[in-house]
Amino acid sequence: MAGPGGDMQWCFSQVKGAIDDDVAEADIISTVEFNHTGELLATGDKGGRVVIFQQEIENKNLPQFRSEYNVYSTFQSHEPEFDYLKSLEIEEKINKIRWLPQKNAAQFLLSTNDKTIKLWKISERDKRPEGYNLKEEDGRYKDPNTITSLRVPVLIPMDLMVEASPRRVFANAHTYHINSISVNSDDETYLSADDLRINLWHLEITDRSFNIVDIKPANMEELTEVITAAEFHPHQCNTFVYSSSKGTLRLCDMRASALCDKHSKLFEEPEDPSNRSFFSEIISSISDVKFSHNGRYMMTRDYLSVKIWDLNMENRPVETYQVHEYLRSKLCSLYENDCIFDKFECCWNGNDSVVMTGSYNNFFRMFDRGQRRDVTLEASRENSKPMQVLKPRKVCAGGKRKKDEISVDSLDFNKKILHTAWHPQDNIIAVATTNNLYIFQDKVN
Amino acid sequence: MIHTMECAADAQSLISISLMKIHNSRTQRGGIKLHKNLLVSYVLRNARQVYVKEKYAEIYRMQQYEEVMTVCNEIQELNPLDLDAEDAGDEEQARAACCGEEASLCGSACHRGAAQPAAHARTASALYGCSPLEDGGKEPDPSYYRSCCMEASPVPHCDQFPANGSTHCNITTVLDLDTHVVTTVENGYLHQDCCCCDALQCGQGAQSPAKKRKVEFGFCTSDGEEVSDFTSACKRAKREDCTYFHLDYTDTSNISNLISIFGSGFTGLLSRQADLEQICSKQVLASLGAWTRAIVAF
Repeated sequence: MAGPGGDMQWCFSQVKGAIDDDVAEADIISTVEFNHTGELLATGDKGGRVVIFQQEIENKNLPQFRSEYNVYSTFQSHEPEFDYLKSLEIEEKINKIRWLPQKNAAQFLLSTNDKTIKLWKISERDKRPEGYNLKEEDGRYKDPNTITSLRVPVLIPMDLMVEASPRRVFANAHTYHINSISVNSDDETYLSADDLRINLWHLEITDRSFNIVDIKPANMEELTEVITAAEFHPHQCNTFVYSSSKGTLRLCDMRASALCDKHSKLFEEPEDPSNRSFFSEIISSISDVKFSHNGRYMMTRDYLSVKIWDLNMENRPVETYQVHEYLRSKLCSLYENDCIFDKFECCWNGNDSVVMTGSYNNFFRMFDRGQRRDVTLEASRENSKPMQVLKPRKVCAGGKRKKDEISVDSLDFNKKILHTAWHPQDNIIAVATTNNLYIFQDKVN
Repeated sequence: MIHTMECAADAQSLISISLMKIHNSRTQRGGIKLHKNLLVSYVLRNARQVYVKEKYAEIYRMQQYEEVMTVCNEIQELNPLDLDAEDAGDEEQARAACCGEEASLCGSACHRGAAQPAAHARTASALYGCSPLEDGGKEPDPSYYRSCCMEASPVPHCDQFPANGSTHCNITTVLDLDTHVVTTVENGYLHQDCCCCDALQCGQGAQSPAKKRKVEFGFCTSDGEEVSDFTSACKRAKREDCTYFHLDYTDTSNISNLISIFGSGFTGLLSRQADLEQICSKQVLASLGAWTRAIVAF
C-alpha cells in the first residue's frame, strides 16, 4: 500500500445509518456493492430495502472531498413471502446486489433474496411535460367545450426524481437458498447459485433458466458439501468458478458440456493435520470467492484466512493471509455463540494489489500483496471526525498487552464487519458494520 | 464476548450443543439453513467419534484393570498371607466392575472361581479390545459402526445390581476384528453408572464433578485416576440437571432421529471413517491393536 511518499493512510469520510446503539434487525446491512464506475454505491439490508448512494460530482475536482456520497435512491426490493406448500417463510433479506454495466441513461442492478432475483431499473427524471390540451395541471380533465385552441406540450425542468422500477422478476428456480449472483461479461446472461445448484439466466427471459451445476446427491443422506459462492470470470464469458463448504474451488467451462458438474480445474489445498480439530470442516468452508479484475487470480475467504489462487496452479494458493489467527484457540466458544458461522466477504482494489476483508470488533484488514504488509483498521464512531486519519489497530494474542493493543478477550464479537467494497478505480472503500456504512478514502497530501 | 476460560472441548457437551443447534434451526425464520446444519453435523460427527473412542478406551481400560486384578487374585490365592482387608475391598470392586460390564455375558459367572473371571475378561477384552479405530489402514464396515453407535434399546439388563430407574443401556453389536466373532453386549455408560459407579465410589473419596475431561486421544497414566474421572463424569451426567442432558441429548442414537427431522440424514458423514485416523493418534491406534492381540494370545 505504499503510495508516493510512503504508506497509504486512510481517512474517515462519512458514516451512513442510525447512531442508535439499539439496532433494528431490518436495518442490518447485508450487502454492499459499487457499480462499474464507482459513482454509485448500493447497499441491501435485512428488511429487503436497497439504498443507493451517489458520489457528489461537484467535488470531483476537490480530491479530499471526492468520497462524499449522498442518498440517491431508496426502494423496497423484496418483501417477506410465505411458501404455503412447505410452510416456510421466505426472508426478505437482500443477499446480494450486482450492478449491470451501464448501456444507456438508466442504471440496472440485480438484487436477490433467498429465492427470487429481481432486475431493477433506476432512472432519473428531471423534466416533466406541461401544457396538455385536455388535462389541467393537476390531472383533472378539462371540459372540451372550453378548449378554443391547441398547443404543443413542452418539457420543463423539475427537481430531480430518481425512480426505481422492477423490470424483471426471476422466480421459482431455486429450491435452496440463493447465496450468489454474478453477471456475465457477455452482458446478456447471469448465474444464480444456491446450496446445491447453479442456474444460468438470460436477462431478458424470466420464465426459464438452465441448470449448469447440480451437486445434489441421489440420496440426501449422502450429502457432504454445499455450494457457498459462485462468480463468472471477468473476461471469459464461458468460465465461472464456484466454492464449496469443503474449502474447494471448481473452475468450470460452459463450452465443455451443458451440465458443468465435471469441473475443468479443482483448486484445493491439503489440510494441515496438525491443525485438526472438531471445527476443521467449519473453518475451511469458503464464505466468498472473487476473481481479480485482471482475471488471473481468485481470492477466497474462509473463517480465519484469505487465500489468493493462481488460475494456473491448482494444488495450493499462491498467497495466504491470516486474518485473525488468534481466534483459532477460541473456536469452541465461537461455535457456541454461532460466530463461527459468520460469512465474511473479501474484495480486491482496482489494480489487484491490495485485498481487504472484515473481522470482529468492527475491525477490517487490508493486505498489500506487493509490499507484503498488512494493516488492521477500525470503523467506529469514535474515529469519525471529518478526514480523521485511522490509526492502525493491533490485537494482543497473548502475553503482555502493550499500550493501545486490545486483548482477544476484549473483542466485541457482536460487532462484525462482513461486507466491504472497494471503489473500482479509486482508493475509496465502503465498510459495513452491523447497521452503519462507513466510507473512507486515502489521505491526500 | 468470549469466556475468559476457554470452554473445554468436551465431546459430550459438543454433541449436546450441536443437537440443540439442529433442533433450534427448525424454528428459524427463513427455513432450515442447509449449509449451517451440514457444518453442525460435521462437528457432531467429530465429537461423536471422539466420544465413542473415549468410551471404548474407558471400557478397554476397565478390562485391563480387571485383568490386572485377576492376576493379582491368582497370585494372592497362591500366597494367602499377603491378602489384607483393603485388597479384598478392591477385589470386590474389581469384580463388581467386571460383572457390571459383562452382565450380559457372564451373568452369575462373576461369582465363580478366579479362573473364570480371567477367561471372561479375556473374552470380554477380545470383544471390547477391538475397536473400529484400530488397524489404521482398514475402514470398518459402515453398518458395523452404525450398529455400534446408533442402536439404543433401553433395556436394563443388570441382574446382579439393581438398576437406577432412570438408567437405560445401549445394546451394542461388536465385531472382534481379530477373531471375527460377533457378539451383542451392553456397554452403555449409564449401565456402568448403575453397576460400577456405586461400587467404585467407596474409597475413591469425593471427586469434584466439575473436573473437566480434556480431549485427550491418548491414555491417562493412571488407571485409577481414569476410573474415578469416568465415574465422576458419569455421576455428573446422572445427577446434574443440566440443559445439556435435557431431552437425553447425550444418547447418541438420537442423532439419527434428529438429523432426519430436517430431512436429510447425513449418515454419509457417519460412515466416513477416514477421518478417524486424523483425530486419533496413530500411536494409540497401534497400541490398541497390540494389546488386543497380546491378550488374545495370552
